[in-house]
Amino acid sequence: MTLHPNKKIDIEEVLADLEHYRPRRKGWCWREADGRKEGAFEYRQASKRLESSIPLPAARHFGGIDPQPDCVITTEIASGRFEDDIRRMRMAAWHGADHIMVIRTAGQSHYDGLIEGTPEGVGGVPISRKQLRATRKALDMIEDEVGRPINFHSYVSGVAGPEIAVLFAEEGVNGAHQDPQYNVLYRNVNMHRSFVDAAVAKAIMASAGMLQIDGAHNANATAREAFKVMPELMVQHAINCAFSESVGMQKDSICLSTVPPTAPPAPALWLDLPYAVALRKMFEGYRFRAQENTRYIESDAREATVTHVLNLLVSRLTSAHIQSTITPDEGRNVPWHYNNVAAIQTAKQALVGMDGLSELVKLDEDGPLGEKVRELMERAVLFMEEIRDSGGYFEAVSRGFFVDSGFYPERNGDGIARDPKGGVGHGTIVPRDADYLAPVCHHFGHNALPAGIERPCDLIGGCTLCDPSKIVYIDELDEQDNVRARLEPFREHKQKGLIRPEVQWYGDGMISMTMFLPVSETMAEHAAVAIAERLGLGDPEVIHKAVMHPAEGTLIELKAMVPFDIDPGSIRIPEKPRTLSEEEIRQAISRRPMHAVAATVGEDEHSVGMREIIDIKHGGLEKFGIRVTYLGTSVPVEKLVDAAIETDADAILISTIITHADIHRKNMKRLHELCVEKGIRDRLLLISGGTQVTYDMARECGMDAGFGRGTRGIDVASFLVRERESRSSGRGV
Amino acid sequence: MIQRPDDFAKRRAALAGLTEEQLKERFWSAAFEVVAPLVELARQHTSPSIERSVLLRMGFSSIEAKTIVELCAERGLLGKGAGHVVLKYAEARGLSIRAAGEELCSKKGWDTVQDLFQKGGLALDTPPKQED
Repeated sequence: MTLHPNKKIDIEEVLADLEHYRPRRKGWCWREADGRKEGAFEYRQASKRLESSIPLPAARHFGGIDPQPDCVITTEIASGRFEDDIRRMRMAAWHGADHIMVIRTAGQSHYDGLIEGTPEGVGGVPISRKQLRATRKALDMIEDEVGRPINFHSYVSGVAGPEIAVLFAEEGVNGAHQDPQYNVLYRNVNMHRSFVDAAVAKAIMASAGMLQIDGAHNANATAREAFKVMPELMVQHAINCAFSESVGMQKDSICLSTVPPTAPPAPALWLDLPYAVALRKMFEGYRFRAQENTRYIESDAREATVTHVLNLLVSRLTSAHIQSTITPDEGRNVPWHYNNVAAIQTAKQALVGMDGLSELVKLDEDGPLGEKVRELMERAVLFMEEIRDSGGYFEAVSRGFFVDSGFYPERNGDGIARDPKGGVGHGTIVPRDADYLAPVCHHFGHNALPAGIERPCDLIGGCTLCDPSKIVYIDELDEQDNVRARLEPFREHKQKGLIRPEVQWYGDGMISMTMFLPVSETMAEHAAVAIAERLGLGDPEVIHKAVMHPAEGTLIELKAMVPFDIDPGSIRIPEKPRTLSEEEIRQAISRRPMHAVAATVGEDEHSVGMREIIDIKHGGLEKFGIRVTYLGTSVPVEKLVDAAIETDADAILISTIITHADIHRKNMKRLHELCVEKGIRDRLLLISGGTQVTYDMARECGMDAGFGRGTRGIDVASFLVRERESRSSGRGV
Repeated sequence: MIQRPDDFAKRRAALAGLTEEQLKERFWSAAFEVVAPLVELARQHTSPSIERSVLLRMGFSSIEAKTIVELCAERGLLGKGAGHVVLKYAEARGLSIRAAGEELCSKKGWDTVQDLFQKGGLALDTPPKQED
């Protein structure tokens, strides 16, 4: 199945014949360093360009270029319904994401076995074979569409780690979080069980070339004084790295999940940069996934974005193999799909903007930076040695060594302590007997295979990792809770093409509104809800409020449900006039020259827009031979009309950007009326332009046409020529 | 853990004279010492999830794997390996791996399995070899 840019991905096609779907490749893909030249620029940290993508908004000034940074960019997607997440993945890929991380549903880490079918999740997706196949199949199509491999990623943790690792290896999942410490500290899985399972899981992941990401960053997200856990973060990273290597993973498949530990108003870089440098020294040879800070995200998307840009600065000043992104609305609700795109755009924009930074500036390690790096490394060494000398890892965990808010060796006594004889799965590990046998490949640990066996699975005629035809596919187990049941209520809605807004799931009806209310915070919050109710919106809820001044007013962002659909058949879309070709315009002007007078009218000093429409170098009117007399900015309407009379102009072009007190409408009307008074209205074409101007508004105000944001010179030239011709032939418009 | 003031200045005395490379060596040497017993624990133990992962690799469904592992655990056979149980039963009964697993899932044949393992050793002719 091939995707077409103007067609939605067809979930029915994705779900068809999943029983026979096989992933077309396994293992992780890094970006190809290529495409160093884009438009007029040379890039130093860029990768191969995409075949289909949406560039940054300002790209229209640079020939539409869309340079791609060197590092893989992650987006985390998990709405609870994978069928909706697939669409979000496609949007994310078009904006530059090539690492799709699917969060698991709440509770899956304590689920003793594999989930089958497609039940709905909470705060994530139930990871099952069917869900993985459908998602990987959709990602195959999406990566063909954008022209870059997309890495699919989820979690190998909880009490079913080894089975999930087998499932991922079989189904072509490219990367996964795997860190037994995460189970122990945050999921209260028994520590012995967690490490025993992890070794088998890691060996299987390694066999499929999967990239492993650890879970150390969670200590930063959890600790009371998160910015103090830096020595511990290094220790946690090292325990997972050393354990992973010991069970057979290659260093370059082991990726640290690093996070700048703090955020403004803390002097963030003063802490974050030495930590980032210390990590990259201590963990040379491993891979780095630069996560963005989540610990200090509030409901303010602007604040979150600034923090994330500072995180990106740290990535560029040091290094990142993977740049992870966090949606700027993480602090207010489950991520909305357009906020995934916003976070990806932030990363792309900042990384491209800082291209080559390390060639321009050098980190000064002779000053406080070097001292702090050294101190962090020393603190980490002392921490690791204390674990070793106190009886080992399990003893250290039982004594609450980890997630203590003290700056090690300081201890505040508030760490997470776990009982080695407790937790989920306690008492479930069993010693392997001398004759223990597992007749399958890539099995870690003692295995009493008979002599002369080349591949362990020769004993059974092949295992699923060698012969995928042996994989048993289960479609659904629950008749009510599955993807078909979720799609059914919207089948007719989709067929009719009805329009309903959404932020997360198809047809969720959610919109958000921004409003300033000139009252106190508490009053504003309640008044905003009342406004939404009066507008007829359902379930209004304030998702962000910011005090502008305690008495003068409050900014409110509110979400609510739209209780109706829009039938596209009821929408009137004005037909866009066909733009004449450059050659057609040139020929018309050379047959019959045209002269226009132009100015920005009123008390308005904006000139950029008008110059773009006129100037030859911007492809403006002059390019087609139209002669323009430009009178400048803040020109009175009267002066413009006089100039038109004096020069016997064919057209008057006005630019009006300021809209205060409807001054733009007033100026348009005044121009029309003055031309009527002077008796020249019939022989003049009157055109206005500006960011807030529309065709209909300009016509209402007596203009012949109005042009808004995004207008090019050729659009105006085309109109002038056609309108003149149509008037000459007496048809009018 | 009990509270403790930041006595870094005192503790670092032993590290002060080390080069950066020596510091890194010391860190990684301690890290590998810390994980060594964990690796050994993993090498010598198994779990229900590990055994289910073996059965998945042998071509059983997640539901079948869960049932067989539960039945093995009830009979104290996990230490032999659930895949081993299926393999040995298949050989003893002359069944395919798949057919043997299906029988065991339907709770048939477990007396035979217990007999087979009480006799000890592998059902195969070749002497066992250790593979770590």
